[in-house]
Amino acid sequence: MTPLLQVHDLAKFYGPRRGCEGVSFDLWPGEVMGIVGESGSGKSTLLSCLAGHLPPDRGEVIFDTRGQGPRDTLTMSEPERRMLMRTDWAFVHQHARDGLRMGVSAGGNVGERLMAVGARHYGHIREQAIDWLGRVEIAADRVDDKPQAFSGGMQQRLQIARNLVTGPRLVFMDEPTGGLDVSVQARLLDLLRGLVREMGLSAIIVTHDLAVVRLLADRLMVMKDGRVVEDGLTDQVLDDPQHGYTQLLVSSVLQV
Amino acid sequence: MIEIENLSKSFTLHNQGGAVIPVMAGAHLHVGPGDCVALTGSSGAGKSTLMRMIYGNYRANAGRILVGETDVARAAPRDIIQLRRHTLGYVSQFLRVVPRVPTRDVVAEPLLILGTPREAALARAEALLARLNIPERLWSLSPTTFSGGEQQRVNIARGFAHAFPALLLDEPTASLDATNREVVLTLIEEAKARGAAIIGIFHDEAARARVCDREVDVTAFTPARAA
Repeated sequence: MTPLLQVHDLAKFYGPRRGCEGVSFDLWPGEVMGIVGESGSGKSTLLSCLAGHLPPDRGEVIFDTRGQGPRDTLTMSEPERRMLMRTDWAFVHQHARDGLRMGVSAGGNVGERLMAVGARHYGHIREQAIDWLGRVEIAADRVDDKPQAFSGGMQQRLQIARNLVTGPRLVFMDEPTGGLDVSVQARLLDLLRGLVREMGLSAIIVTHDLAVVRLLADRLMVMKDGRVVEDGLTDQVLDDPQHGYTQLLVSSVLQV
Repeated sequence: MIEIENLSKSFTLHNQGGAVIPVMAGAHLHVGPGDCVALTGSSGAGKSTLMRMIYGNYRANAGRILVGETDVARAAPRDIIQLRRHTLGYVSQFLRVVPRVPTRDVVAEPLLILGTPREAALARAEALLARLNIPERLWSLSPTTFSGGEQQRVNIARGFAHAFPALLLDEPTASLDATNREVVLTLIEEAKARGAAIIGIFHDEAARARVCDREVDVTAFTPARAA
């Protein structure tokens, strides 16, 4: 078996300041990896570099493509990378409005991604859009409403439907439950777990919420000052942290 | 099935002056298929620590923990993930689940992960819940609001949903009434009969005497504390 994603020695600097440096890991099909760290630790920079939103200064991000096997996404042509982003990759933003088209109906938001990969039959697109809205628990009678009319939790679920409708194999998520009520968070977590299991998705999730990674991620990477200070099985890193910073992070969580 | 050799473990507390606390040294244990071994020793002797190390929840400093073909002390995360899905089950004392997920799905999840068809997985979950006397009207509710004893039974149902070849049981009969205690002991006996290797912590001495073939006092593995 080949890893779905192989990252070698990735680095990104903002002038003299380190965004992230020396990051290497393999992600296997079906694995969910969490990246935690405080603000400014480099976790969002790393995610942006991995997802092709930000060009790193050094390193390789090798993705096991369907057609041609492992390819370095950083040296791919721009059209190839765009195609990857529309098909096998998905990106769920913290703020749903960054990942949705707010002036387009819910059905349109989902259908648009299908059309971007060549779907043309209006009836089929609408049917699939309604099916996906159902899977993220949005009632079919809301298909023509615009996301502005949705609550924060619904917008986030719509963003997930829009991203997953094309059957991607790798999903990047930036604080997917951030800014949502706890009750809405729980529902979203359950939804994501179910989708990961049923679709065999791999995912990389950036968050500062240790409870979220415990429930969602198989593996965990802890970042500080742009470097990975510890990684391993999620429950092992949280319950038996080896690095001083991880110990501080875990012991600083308020108990409910 | 489970073979432990010369296992040792210490905790280093980086934020408390770098204090190093040795908690285990030279641990040995062998559990074959169909065997049930009880870990004994006073509170703090390291029973739960050893159990957590076998599950890969705590890191080992040295030694080997063979579960089937996998050395948990050295295995990559993805190998331990596979081991936990297919081979090694763990019934902890506390239920940890996503809030709002129905009890029936919580119990069926280990089977769904293995690719068992949804109907079959739910049927198995329901059979176990019924056997453990969880009233049917609770199956569609999240177990987070259940009583301690009910949560524990949900946890046990979840742990026994898949026929794991190796099982770790942390106080499986604590806080259960006589009827449910009997059901759990029968589940353990059935698991042994199908060849599961089991390691358990039982404060319930009668339960221990009934299901366990041997006792291992972990005090023998507790390092002498330097003054």
